[in-house]
Amino acid sequence: MEIVEILFTASFWAAAIRIASPLIFATLGEVICERVGVLNLGIEGIMVAGAFAGWMAVYSGTGLWIGVGVAMVVGMVFGLLHSTLTVPFGLSQHVVGLGVTLLATSSTYYAYRLALPEVTTPPKIDAFQPLEIPFLSDIPMLGEALFSQTPLTYLAFILVGIVSFVLYRTPLGLAVRAAGENPNAVAAQGLSVTAIRMGAVMVGSGFMAVGGAFLTMSAFDSFFFEMVNGRGWICIALVVFGSWRPGKALLGAVLFAAFDALQIRVQQTSFGTLVPYQIFLMVPYILSILALVIMSRRAEVPAALMVPFNKGER
Amino acid sequence: MRLEPITDPSIARRLGFPFAALCTTFLIASLLAMIAGGNPFSVLGLILKGAFGSQFAILETLNRATPLIFTGLAVAVAFRAKFWNIGAEAQLYAGALLTVLLGTGALPWPSAALLPVLAVAAILAGAVLLLGPAILKTRFGVDEVVTTLLFNFIFLLFISMLLEGPLKDPMGMGWPKSERLIAEARLPRIAEGLRLHWGFGLAILSAVMIWIIQTRSTLGYEMRAVGLNRQAAAFAGIPVNRVLLKTALLSGGLAALAGFSEVAGVKASLTLDLSPGYGYTGIIVAMLALLNPLGVVVAALFVAGIFVGADSMSRAADVPTYLADMMLAIALLLMVLAIMLTRFRIVRD
Amino acid sequence: MNTTAVEALRLEGITKRFGALTANDAVSLSLNKGEVVALLGENGAGKTTLMNILFGQYAADSGTVHVFGKPLPSGNSRAALDAGVGMVHQHFTLADNLTVQENITLGAEPLLRIRADRQGARQRILDLSEKYHLQVSPDARVGTLTVGERQRVEILKALYRDVRILILDEPTAVLTPQEADDLFATLRLAIADGLSIIFISHKLHEVMAIADRVVVLRHGKVTGGVATKDTDKAALAAMMMGTQAQPPKVAAAMPGAVLLQLDQVCTPDQGSAPGLKSVSLALKAGQIIGLAGVSGNGQAALADVVGGTAKPTAGTLTLNGDDRLDWTPRIAVQSGIARIPEDRHKTGTIADFDLTENAILERYTAPDFSKSGWLNWRAARDFANAIITKYDVRCPGPDTPIRLLSGGNMQKLILGRTLEAAPQVILANQPVRGLDIGAVHYVHSQLLAARARGAAVLLISEDLDEVMALSDVIHVISDGRLSPGFARGELTPAQLGLWMAGQGFEDEMKHAS
Repeated sequence: MEIVEILFTASFWAAAIRIASPLIFATLGEVICERVGVLNLGIEGIMVAGAFAGWMAVYSGTGLWIGVGVAMVVGMVFGLLHSTLTVPFGLSQHVVGLGVTLLATSSTYYAYRLALPEVTTPPKIDAFQPLEIPFLSDIPMLGEALFSQTPLTYLAFILVGIVSFVLYRTPLGLAVRAAGENPNAVAAQGLSVTAIRMGAVMVGSGFMAVGGAFLTMSAFDSFFFEMVNGRGWICIALVVFGSWRPGKALLGAVLFAAFDALQIRVQQTSFGTLVPYQIFLMVPYILSILALVIMSRRAEVPAALMVPFNKGER
Repeated sequence: MRLEPITDPSIARRLGFPFAALCTTFLIASLLAMIAGGNPFSVLGLILKGAFGSQFAILETLNRATPLIFTGLAVAVAFRAKFWNIGAEAQLYAGALLTVLLGTGALPWPSAALLPVLAVAAILAGAVLLLGPAILKTRFGVDEVVTTLLFNFIFLLFISMLLEGPLKDPMGMGWPKSERLIAEARLPRIAEGLRLHWGFGLAILSAVMIWIIQTRSTLGYEMRAVGLNRQAAAFAGIPVNRVLLKTALLSGGLAALAGFSEVAGVKASLTLDLSPGYGYTGIIVAMLALLNPLGVVVAALFVAGIFVGADSMSRAADVPTYLADMMLAIALLLMVLAIMLTRFRIVRD
Repeated sequence: MNTTAVEALRLEGITKRFGALTANDAVSLSLNKGEVVALLGENGAGKTTLMNILFGQYAADSGTVHVFGKPLPSGNSRAALDAGVGMVHQHFTLADNLTVQENITLGAEPLLRIRADRQGARQRILDLSEKYHLQVSPDARVGTLTVGERQRVEILKALYRDVRILILDEPTAVLTPQEADDLFATLRLAIADGLSIIFISHKLHEVMAIADRVVVLRHGKVTGGVATKDTDKAALAAMMMGTQAQPPKVAAAMPGAVLLQLDQVCTPDQGSAPGLKSVSLALKAGQIIGLAGVSGNGQAALADVVGGTAKPTAGTLTLNGDDRLDWTPRIAVQSGIARIPEDRHKTGTIADFDLTENAILERYTAPDFSKSGWLNWRAARDFANAIITKYDVRCPGPDTPIRLLSGGNMQKLILGRTLEAAPQVILANQPVRGLDIGAVHYVHSQLLAARARGAAVLLISEDLDEVMALSDVIHVISDGRLSPGFARGELTPAQLGLWMAGQGFEDEMKHAS
């Protein structure tokens, strides 16, 4: 079978890791938000804004890493907006999240039109190039799949480790998890639930924006409308699939990306040409829904997810 | 800071904050227009003129408001029961699909028989489409926000597949486009020579009917009870899951009518750009209307006015039309904040 | 005992208003090192508000707090903790999905420290639990602990942070009398080490047992203060309630036919709350059956079965001699079961609905109120008005959102809507919790009136005094098991306490087999 052969090529796994990278950033961001008790449906729009901001910064002449930083800051600004409305004001996280997505998307398009009024095809930048890690990249299969990626992909994997460490090993991470489990417990220990929640949502939103920036600065080299195309919503499903744990979310993202990479390749096989290409494009979304259905039974939802905290109210 | 409920908010408070939200929206829009190099006053003036400045403009606004009333009602009905249907976009296309399937000659009937059948078929299609996420929610506890959102992508790909396959118009010169509706399947104009079709009338009628259902029927009472306090509703014996399923059917059906009305009233055929996000904009409409079905009509006119006005402003003042989308997103966020502030007071402690 | 008293705490002129309500009115209070002061008062007297101000959860509108002579900044829990003030809240502030150690160390270390000394923290927790007899495993998930163990975690949380003043808000409300004794033993050890305690309670015998001094709060004001050695329970009750309050005198009743019978009913556990384990119970006409027990021992499961919100997974439920296989809330209401839910805010009413809408909540499908899916609002409003008049619901009118009503008036509406149907069986789950004394008397008189006209009443309460005063027969529930019924006066509170702690059930099992 052609399909089985595909699974054993290094280029297939390299593509899967590449496709997974933006999802890892954004899923990690959403994990942080939900772990602290805030559902962030702004994710889709924040990814759009991050994709544009990072790319635009580089296009205006900054370095690539500065571009990543700009994307992060833009994401954090939207995170600040989201968390101001949902944390101290306790507004509906559903409505505010969708509102932030609409605002981030429309303001990105507005800014794009202002910055590049005349262009018909978006200009290109010199994007991140693959960085072969000495020795490791020489390992057969694994080397090409894992260690010949761009620096942003490595950053995604490193970040998973850092976030896991912070969440499970440090006092700060404990406070974050506690705020998502029972904010009253956090307040009773003299900590500010508002500050912890807002800070976590801002950092998480920053990661989402970097996930978007991966698309324009590493996977491709220019910015298109609609380029995020529902990836944010998929990440929401991945968070559930990963049981709100960074490591499992990483696994979910790679698994998901492997299916995605597979469908792209199957499309080009003799079997694939018989099937309308839309069927293949539906696969990621259908997988996400299936993941939700399978995991919804045993998922350990943070107990205070979507529960606003108002001091002095029980 | 802390939020303290106000037991009996004054009229001034209840009107003042939403009004301030709208004013702030326009203020921010002016600043944004200035960034784009436009004169803030003339930009806002151009939007107003473009939306309501002439008979043509007003009719255009009413036409644009029609699908928004339907999707706004769909969202308002669902959100009232705290059923988060974000899939009105897909349900709209489901309605459009059925209209095209049955209205391009499959049923060679006169208008009086055909149009009601098309409308009912569209309603059923939208209702069935939303039933999936609703059952996933009630049976498996899967969050409907994500499933309805993902359904939008899946269903649009499905439509694209049909338009490039079995539904493709052989005379369409290669465009992914369905055949045109037969004349009997077109919604007539409200008055001869007036560019406004009866879809608008149907939208107004739907709003009134939903209002009556919500205030007078046991179903409306149940939907409000489930939305306000699911636990108390269940304790009192209201069949919560059954109410949620009924809500989904109603909501999906309403969103599908937007597709029926756009195809039968305006476009005559199905394309992938039938809706520029009417399903998502319906959320803004519903929230601005405070989920009140009659308010949806007003909010839809406001939102449609901003879209139509921004289009003509953009041509005149060289400010990107995305200003309209930004204004609406800002209006949405400020409005939910304002509504909260009508019921709570911020206390420092 | 300290011979030279060191002042640990001084509250002066504390005033706190919530809108129109003055929760604390110029309250002053002092506490010496090693002393236990009991804060006594009815529900709503302002005890918890005062302690939340001391602990920095609220800022006072005026007044000052001094801890060991130093002023405490207002509205800052962190500062309170740093000054050595700790609080064990009535509703525990623990995260169920975290471990005991995580709950205890939360916030105790600087947040930005990279490496947490987990081994050291663990050792310290073990030492403290050894020293104060607070046995609990640091690695256990809090969600798996019993209520008593959770309270130990709460106390460890405070001791871990070296508090010198500990506020205990109704600490025994969820404990059996025996567990309460253990708690007092722990507290005495801590007092010997110099801890000062403010003890909030309305259980007079506990106050007499542990406190050195009593301060009484009524309507937000300090109305009295007395050393426990100079007073007795009756005098304290009078101080607390203003008038000498006695539980109602209840005459013996002649029970009639069995109306509702549960036979070996089982239900599944719900998380940490036990389900019913082969429970058999007969509710008879003209009788009040009281259910005593520590909260979380299956009361909710029993109330769910009787009220129709849950079906037995094994065993049978018989109403008037008919087996009920199809059992839902609506069927229960239609079959003549009146339900007064445990939480009138969350399950009894819909806050944003007006009185009319809340009045018909259980019966809007009845032909009186709707025909073929359309509501008759006129009839509904007439019904609401009738309840308002007959049950003396104080409100502006039937169109008022129910959230604007006081707890007592809310409860009167619930009583009215459910008693107007002349029910055969009344499920009264914590019917007077959080009500003021007037409303308590009203609710009790309504239950007794229902008994007099031949209704069967199941009274579930965590307040043993209430159960003992009203019930013709008392059953004790413990870990989902039901004790045999005890006639009025058959057992002392201490004997009931043993049953509540789970003793006696094994003998019973043996006896039965």
